[in-house]
Amino acid sequence: MDEKGLDISRRHREPITDTQLLLTITICIFVCMYVAAILIWGGGFKKPQMLFDILNDNAYLVIISCGLTIVMITGSIDISVAGVTALVAMTGVMILNGSMPFFSVLQASLGLADSSRIVFAALMALLIGLLFGLVQGYLIAYLEIQPFIITLAGMFFARGMITILSVDPQKAPQALLDILQKRIEINWLGSPNKNGVIIPARMEVGVVIAILIVILVFCMLRKMRIGRSFYAVGGNRQSALMLGLNVRKTRFMAHLFCGILSGIAGFVFMMHTGAGNATNATAGEMNAIASSIIGGTLLTGGVGNVIGTFFGVLTLSTIKAIVTTSGLRDPWWQSITTGAMLCLFILLQSVILMRRHRNKH
Amino acid sequence: MTMNKKITTKNFFTNNSQLLVPLIAILLLLIFNLIRDPSFFSIGVATNNNGDPVLQGNLISILNGASELVVISMGMTLVTAASGGQDISVGALAAIAGSVFVKVIKSGGTISPALVLGAFLLCSLVAMIFGCFNGMLVSAFGIQPMIATLILFTCGRSIAYWINGGATPTVSSPIITAVGSFIPGVPVPTPILIVILMAIFFGLLFRFTTLNLYIQTVGINQNASRLNGIHVAGIKLLAFILLGLCCAVAGVIGVSRLSLINHETILLNIEMDAILAVAIGGNNLGGGKFKMLGSVLGAYAIQALTITLYAMKVPSTDVKAYKAIVIVLLVVLGSPVVKEAMARIRRKLRGRRSTALAKEV
Repeated sequence: MDEKGLDISRRHREPITDTQLLLTITICIFVCMYVAAILIWGGGFKKPQMLFDILNDNAYLVIISCGLTIVMITGSIDISVAGVTALVAMTGVMILNGSMPFFSVLQASLGLADSSRIVFAALMALLIGLLFGLVQGYLIAYLEIQPFIITLAGMFFARGMITILSVDPQKAPQALLDILQKRIEINWLGSPNKNGVIIPARMEVGVVIAILIVILVFCMLRKMRIGRSFYAVGGNRQSALMLGLNVRKTRFMAHLFCGILSGIAGFVFMMHTGAGNATNATAGEMNAIASSIIGGTLLTGGVGNVIGTFFGVLTLSTIKAIVTTSGLRDPWWQSITTGAMLCLFILLQSVILMRRHRNKH
Repeated sequence: MTMNKKITTKNFFTNNSQLLVPLIAILLLLIFNLIRDPSFFSIGVATNNNGDPVLQGNLISILNGASELVVISMGMTLVTAASGGQDISVGALAAIAGSVFVKVIKSGGTISPALVLGAFLLCSLVAMIFGCFNGMLVSAFGIQPMIATLILFTCGRSIAYWINGGATPTVSSPIITAVGSFIPGVPVPTPILIVILMAIFFGLLFRFTTLNLYIQTVGINQNASRLNGIHVAGIKLLAFILLGLCCAVAGVIGVSRLSLINHETILLNIEMDAILAVAIGGNNLGGGKFKMLGSVLGAYAIQALTITLYAMKVPSTDVKAYKAIVIVLLVVLGSPVVKEAMARIRRKLRGRRSTALAKEV
């Protein structure tokens, strides 16, 4: 009787899924790397501020990687994310410093204060993201065009629009930047400076937004119907269709979410830098793809976790921080080490997955 | 006789229907230019600084400027067909090859044809080794090509920078100029001749080996080809090595054009254009059947678009946005859903005509 019960319970215990396994590996590697950095290089890494700096610089990357993870789970891809981010940042800054005539006139006719421009910029960010999501999603899901080409065209379009808007770099007025760049001070995580005065750890509002988005997307993917259908469509489109899922609508929704998240990321990017520039967020799409992959998302779809993506961003940016602090000052080392670490991660994942699947058969 | 001819042309287009999209794109662009400004087509013979006759004109600059893209998209077609994914490291690989080429020439003292040939052979070897690295990741470890090549994409240009010790050296020599622009006495730009050589190389390769068939077989069904005794991993590896060779050729053309190597700007974003060329050429980005001629025509279509935009005085930074719009229009026209709708309309029209005929009778 007992034995039988044990047997049943053993049979019912679900084996760890690929998603969970890859997530665990990512988190372990990140923790090991950070601890190693503290032990070997100490200094800056001992202070919690280092982690917050990494988060402050990469809040936008966390958000676009979340969007990209959703798209990648459905087995699609979006190259346009960083382009949209840069376009939104440029538009936002131009609204803030009043070089968009439409918004200046609108503000004057409504008799609003200068700070209302921030609201306009935020709305515009959402609108641009939404438009990109709608158009790309429609073309990919309903006209069945290869996602790579459409989103590549999206990237070209966004990057081209930036220079059409303004060839010169734009800067937001300082008064509005002071509102945007208000930092959250955490006293108990502060560390003493040279004079022994404790400086509180500073975190930007963008980080809070990014973490909220990670949690929301996580809940959506885990608990909500639409989130589960992303996995189903990405895992096997044919079976999803036979289960009665609306495959086209699901793929459309994934791209829509990704577009909106890119818009939000653009706003967060603007909050962080306060400048609009044609070279904003260059190669951001590749960093986002790399982060998602390090976090355990597969490009083939059906496997992925947004928490992993979050740690992927942290891992990638910690590598860069380690390279700069460890004294390899030649400009090429940063990307060479990043490439080498990426290689290591990718090989590790593939070897682990291959072993598992060989054992299964 | 005429009947026979009609059938053969019809057969040609049903067999090569995928070539229609790039052909139509090129035709539309040419017609557009004809209406806009007929002098676009003028080809003149000018004398260059050395007193040799050279061909000049927009059509020549389309053929000449597209050379690197055409060579790389030839290799990209093979990789796409065999592995069902794309290599995004081609630009970085070309930068590495160019750096090696310059490094060897710089270290050799007097620049002789033998030295240039040796430098070319060595840089081809290096590029093929890197291609082999990408190919190993894809074939032996089963990593998706876009992820596997993300590694070299991240660090390739830095490696190129590192090879030349953080400098952008120039090589000025009549031999390099001959490779990059004109051979004395030959009015056709040398890059065009190199493209023809590469086309002959691939033509002979496909004519006298079974590579063409094997690559398509591997792309269509890996397991079936393995069971038929085809070495799947080896074929994929070979495709990546051939792409490496193409990158080396493109890199050498790129270096010779400017007589200098700049790791940041040489063949920038060419990976995107090459993938686009493959897709516009009607090849499935998911692998399988391919037509290299389609990719080549696609590459020329992209270059024709760029040159047309330049001729219309569009600033080079804004070209991307217009390019995106044209690309989206093209792929929407070529998308399966639109094609089906067109066929339905045609059928309806035909049906109406036949009922009208029936009524008349």
